[in-house]
Amino acid sequence: MPTESLFTPLAKAQSWVTIDYEGHQLKVPQGVSIAAALLASGVRHSRTTPVQGANRAPFCMMGVCFECLVEVDGVPNRQGCMTLVSDGLRVRRQLGARKLAPLCAEGDCDEN
Amino acid sequence: MKTKAVDLLIIGAGPAGMSAAVEARNNGLSVLVLDEQPGPGGQIYRNISNTDAQRSQILGADYSHGRHLAQAFLASDIEYVAQASAWQVTDQKQVHYLHQGQSRVAQGQRLLIATGAYERPMPIPGWTLPGVMTAGAGQILLKSAAVVPAGPVVLAGCGPLLYLLAVQYLQAGISLAALVDTSRHSDVLSGLRHIPKALKGWPDLQKGLSLLATLRKAKVKHYRGATALRIEGSAHAEALSFSSRGDEYRIACNLVMLHQGVVPNTQISWSLRLQHHWQNDQLCWQAERNAWGETSTSGIFIAGDGGSIGGAMAAQAQGRIAALAIACQLGRLDSSSRDKLVKPYRKALHRCMAARPLIDSLYRPRNENRIPEDNVIVCRCEEVTAGTVRSHVRLGCLGPNQIKAFSRCGMGPCQGRQCGLTVTEIIAASGNVSASEVGYYRIRAPLKPITLKQLAQQPNKNLNQELS
Repeated sequence: MPTESLFTPLAKAQSWVTIDYEGHQLKVPQGVSIAAALLASGVRHSRTTPVQGANRAPFCMMGVCFECLVEVDGVPNRQGCMTLVSDGLRVRRQLGARKLAPLCAEGDCDEN
Repeated sequence: MKTKAVDLLIIGAGPAGMSAAVEARNNGLSVLVLDEQPGPGGQIYRNISNTDAQRSQILGADYSHGRHLAQAFLASDIEYVAQASAWQVTDQKQVHYLHQGQSRVAQGQRLLIATGAYERPMPIPGWTLPGVMTAGAGQILLKSAAVVPAGPVVLAGCGPLLYLLAVQYLQAGISLAALVDTSRHSDVLSGLRHIPKALKGWPDLQKGLSLLATLRKAKVKHYRGATALRIEGSAHAEALSFSSRGDEYRIACNLVMLHQGVVPNTQISWSLRLQHHWQNDQLCWQAERNAWGETSTSGIFIAGDGGSIGGAMAAQAQGRIAALAIACQLGRLDSSSRDKLVKPYRKALHRCMAARPLIDSLYRPRNENRIPEDNVIVCRCEEVTAGTVRSHVRLGCLGPNQIKAFSRCGMGPCQGRQCGLTVTEIIAASGNVSASEVGYYRIRAPLKPITLKQLAQQPNKNLNQELS
C-alpha cells in the first residue's frame, strides 16, 4: 500500500482526480498516467511476477517494458504508463499470471 | 466503418513523424499520424504542448525547441490520432491500432515508421527490483507528470541522457546521491580518433562538456570507470555496490536510475520481416534503408531513431527527406524539385551525425553490462537468467527463437523488447559467432495487448495476415 514515497510533485497540481487503488482513494493530478500517479502516491510495487512472485514497479514509463501492468476497471494487462487517470478509475495490482479479460464491455463490468 | 486510406500513413508523432507530416502536407499529400502518447512530441519532446514555465526552464532549450515543431504540426490540417497503439502493421501498408478501447485499421499509399528509440536494457544484478528504473523513465516522469525523486537518487551507467538528467535534476533542486559512470578513461582515448570529423558537430560536444562542467561545479559525487555494478535489496532496492578505480563502494539508496544509451525500436520493422543488419558501433539492429529512408519493402520508409540513433535534429531532417521522396513517388513533386528541396535537410543531417561516432565510442556500453553473468535475469517478463540462456546454447540452441521455445525467454508481454539484444549477444559470445549470424527474435503481432473482443469487433473483414 502507499508508503513513504520515492517521488514527489514538483509543484502543486492545478486540478485533481480521485482514483481507487486496491480500495484506497488516491487524489492524483489530472492528466498523468496511472503509473506516474501510483509512483507519486507512494506505491512501491504495482505487480508481482508470474514465475517467482517477485515485486515489480514501473520501469521504462514509455510503453516498452510492460512492468507497469495493472488491472484497470476489471481489465487485466493494461499498461499503467500508457493509460491516463480519470475520476473514479479502479486500479488493482496484477498479482502473478494475468487473467483473461472479462467477457463484458470495458467499463461496464460487474467485477470483483 | 471504412478503412481510412491516405497518401502517407505515419506511425509516431516524435520529431521524425511530425517533420515528415508537415513536409508531406506542404506538398499536398493527405497525411494520417498515429501516435501512442496523449500529445505530440515523442519521448524527446514529451508533453511539449502542455508543459509549464518551471519545467521548460528545468528541461532546457533543446526541449523547448520542440514547441515550434509541435505547433506547426498541430496547426496544419494533418489528421492526427493520439493514444493510438499500433498492434499490427502489414506489408500492404495497413496499420491496425487500438484507440479508445477499439481496434481500427488505417491504410496508406506509403507508410512511414517513426517509432523512435528506447533505452538499451542494462541487465545487472538486482535491476528488476522496485526502486530501479531507467533514467529515461525519470525524465518522462518529470516531463509528463512533473514528478521528481523525493530523496537522493543514484544515476548509474553511461551516455548523454544520464548527464542531462543529472543536470535537469540539479536544476529542479533534487539531490543526487551519486553519478556512477561506467564509461572509462580508455574510452576517452579511443574516442579521440574521431575528433576531427566530430568537430563538425561541435555544438553537441560543447553541450556534453557543459553538462559535465555543471556536474563538477555542483560537486556531484561522480565515480568514473565503475564496474561490477550490483543493486542490493530483497523486496526493494536498498543500495548500489560497485568498484571504481580499485576501490569498492556501497551507496545506500532506494531509488536507482540506470541508463546505457538508446537503441532503435525495431519491433515493427522486424514484424514486417524487413532486412536488418547488426550495427557494431551502436551495438544494435538497424533496418536497411536507402538515402531516402525507404526500406527493403518498397513504399515503407523509416525516419529518425527508429532507423539508427542520431538524435532529435537528425530525426527531423530524416522526416523531411522521407516526405520529399514520398511526395515525388506519388507524383506531387518532380525529381529535380525534390533534389533541390532536400539539400538543406541532407546538410543538416550530415552535421547532426558528425559527432555520433565519437559519442558511440565514448559511451559504448561495457560488455559486462550487456552480456551479464549467469545469475542475472535477462528476460524480466519470464524471469530467465543469462545462465539459463547459456545452458540452452550448450544443448545446441543456435538462435534466439530456439532459446525462446525452450526457456520462454522473450515470450512475455514485452515480446523481447527488454531481452532481445542481450540474448543475441549472449548467444554470439557463447558460440564465438557474430551477432549477425545469431539473428533476432521473430517478432509477430499483436505488438500491443489486445483482447479477443477488441479483435473480433475490428471493422475490417479482410484481415490478410494471420495472427500468431
